[in-house]
Amino acid sequence: MSLKIENLHANIGVREILKGLNLEIPKGQVHAIMGKNGSGKSTLAKVMAGHPDYEVTGGSVSLDGLNLFDMEEPDQRSRAGLFVAFQYPMEIPGVTIANFIRAALQARLPEGEELDAVEYYGELYKKMDALKIDRSFTSRAVNEGFSGGEKKRCEVLQMAMLNPVYAVLDETDSGLDIDALRIVSEGVNAMRSPERGFLVITHYQRLLEYIVPDVVHVMVDGRIVMSGDKTLAHKLEAEGYDWVEKETLTNA
Amino acid sequence: METKPDINIDRSIGDFHYDVDYEFDAGTGLTEKTIDYICDVKKDPEWIREFRKEALRKFNSMPMPTHWASHDLENIVFDNIRYYLSQGTQPKRSWDDVPEDVKRTFERLGIPEQERKFLAGVEAQFDSEAAYSNIKAAVGEQGVIFVGSTEGLQKHPEIFKKWFGKVIPTGDNKFSALNSAVFSGGSFIYIPPGVKVKHPLQAYFRINAENFGQFERTLIIADEGSEVMYMEGCTAPKFETSTLHSAVVELVALKGAKIQYITVQNWSANVFNLVTKRGLAHEEAEIKWIDCNIGSRLTMKYPGVIMKGRKARGEVISIALAGDGQHQDTGAKMIHAADETTSNIVSKSISLGSGRSTYRGLVQVGRHLKGCKNNTECDALLINTDSRTDTYPAITVRGKENACQHEASVSKISAEQIFYMQQRGITEAAAVSLAVNGFVNDLVQQFPMEYSVELKRLIDLEMEGSVG
Ligand SMILES: Nc1ncnc2c1ncn2[C@@H]1O[C@H](COP(=O)(O)OP(=O)(O)O)[C@@H](O)[C@H]1O
Ligand SMILES: [Mg+2]
Repeated sequence: MSLKIENLHANIGVREILKGLNLEIPKGQVHAIMGKNGSGKSTLAKVMAGHPDYEVTGGSVSLDGLNLFDMEEPDQRSRAGLFVAFQYPMEIPGVTIANFIRAALQARLPEGEELDAVEYYGELYKKMDALKIDRSFTSRAVNEGFSGGEKKRCEVLQMAMLNPVYAVLDETDSGLDIDALRIVSEGVNAMRSPERGFLVITHYQRLLEYIVPDVVHVMVDGRIVMSGDKTLAHKLEAEGYDWVEKETLTNA
Repeated sequence: METKPDINIDRSIGDFHYDVDYEFDAGTGLTEKTIDYICDVKKDPEWIREFRKEALRKFNSMPMPTHWASHDLENIVFDNIRYYLSQGTQPKRSWDDVPEDVKRTFERLGIPEQERKFLAGVEAQFDSEAAYSNIKAAVGEQGVIFVGSTEGLQKHPEIFKKWFGKVIPTGDNKFSALNSAVFSGGSFIYIPPGVKVKHPLQAYFRINAENFGQFERTLIIADEGSEVMYMEGCTAPKFETSTLHSAVVELVALKGAKIQYITVQNWSANVFNLVTKRGLAHEEAEIKWIDCNIGSRLTMKYPGVIMKGRKARGEVISIALAGDGQHQDTGAKMIHAADETTSNIVSKSISLGSGRSTYRGLVQVGRHLKGCKNNTECDALLINTDSRTDTYPAITVRGKENACQHEASVSKISAEQIFYMQQRGITEAAAVSLAVNGFVNDLVQQFPMEYSVELKRLIDLEMEGSVG
């Protein structure tokens, strides 16, 4: 059981961004992807989620053996268990957080079944409290007028409510101060389980102090070029990415 | 002349039709004979017969307003329309007495149930006449009159005559003239001084017949310091041919009175809905129109308030949803005719598919006045690339000590927003619905609970039929 990405190629317009990417996250593990700006990390997250701007030109992604690309609509992939916490979450004017998450949960119920409102609010408040999100946020429009940190917390709240099988966190640490980083990391760690896999995309080793990964991958120009344990993250932080590029060049 | 393709949006709620035997039928077309027929059936007094005939002359002499309005109006064939159809002119006071073939329509629409739950009185009009009209005993005992227009003019001529046609003159526009010629049904309401009617009065307008024109006439008079809330709903089955609905609604709020008039318009997509609505607010009186247009082929409706007395207040809250092939041409008219009068217009429209929404606003403040304020906000949301919206505000504020504020916006639901919502498991159609409901949410809150739930359901239904 794993999230398995094989030889994935994807374009935006005529430009190829993902150039044969391979990665496998066994269920129960946390993998991290690090890489320079523009190396294609967010593209990977969006391609898996089914963003309409990207065209998959080759390769496959499977979710516990289920071909992700057989599911055309992003909502089907979501209901199959894939969650993406976005680097830049969208604002949805007028739609309250409470109604939004409720609609997302309702969409997972069989036809004709109604979400129990009391139970729902109980769950929602519990998770908001844990993430130190003020309860008044339930009636705020999704991400509208939120600070960067509030947006990221709201993403993690949605993840906690939707209970995905595989979650991709795209730079969830950016915009968070140290306290918020700890709170969010605790939220993620509380969800770590043998029944779930995580892909944590980050720029900084800092996040990985809190969410300790089983494997760290390095992405360069649309490919995973190196993998290792968490010490790889330290090395990247200390020495930058140049040595990786050199090493992979000489290996190639 | 433009012809429109057939429009097929899920409108399951009102789209059904039972065959009914009409006792009275004025036939198709409109001549003096039609008017004599209507007057005879309704036993109208002579002054009404004259009023109608004068109105017919005006109607015939006035051109279609196509120099500014939609040319789709030219597709109305007045000779093909039936102007009066009824099973009798006397509404029943009990649902048990309403003929079975008519009663089942209203039962299916849930009217008797709503009446039991939260209404102070109900009038249910079926084609030309009310089939049922009743108010709760406690409300009647306070002196509140809630009857049809025919009964109003026959039994309460002293109040009726004083205000009838005074807020909206016959020749105000071609369709007010048409209504004045052939009007039938609608409500006559009088609230005595100081009486505050706690629960809403409701009218439901049902068109059942094909090639038919419904022309109800409503007159509401709230005497000094009184308060009333009136709600109207409407549906019709979807026919291949066009149907005409052309009402005239006049409101009079005397000193310190408050009238709230709520409309949820859900006509089928073959209905031309051309309605004139205006209120006259005396000193410190308040008139508020809450207007929601979801259905019809073409709606033209600009509820207005003439603020005639000092410190009078006018408000129009408007939601319009123009689906594929529909045109919602709505707006508001605020005439400030006294010092320190204030008006507020908030209009939100949604256009989807090839739908078109138009906002026309008119705000007038005279030069000699002071301390008048108007606030206008109109926001349009476009869903698809061929959706359309236009705004025609006309604001004339004279005099130095008056203030007017106007804000307008046009927005779209972006593909990025839809994608974001879909990533959470919400289908594309549900995502659009959610965004649309979010857009109008603050206005929907202004409807009474029972109506806001219904409204949300109607919007969802409309979106379901047109996205994805
Ligand atoms: N909408 C777009 N149109 C064109 N190029 C894009 C678009 N989005 C991203 N890119 C390009 O794709 C590359 C990868 O971007 P991205 O996946 O966001 O990188 P990362 O998340 O690793 O910083 C970058 O060169 C970026 O400029
Ligand atoms: Mg990125």
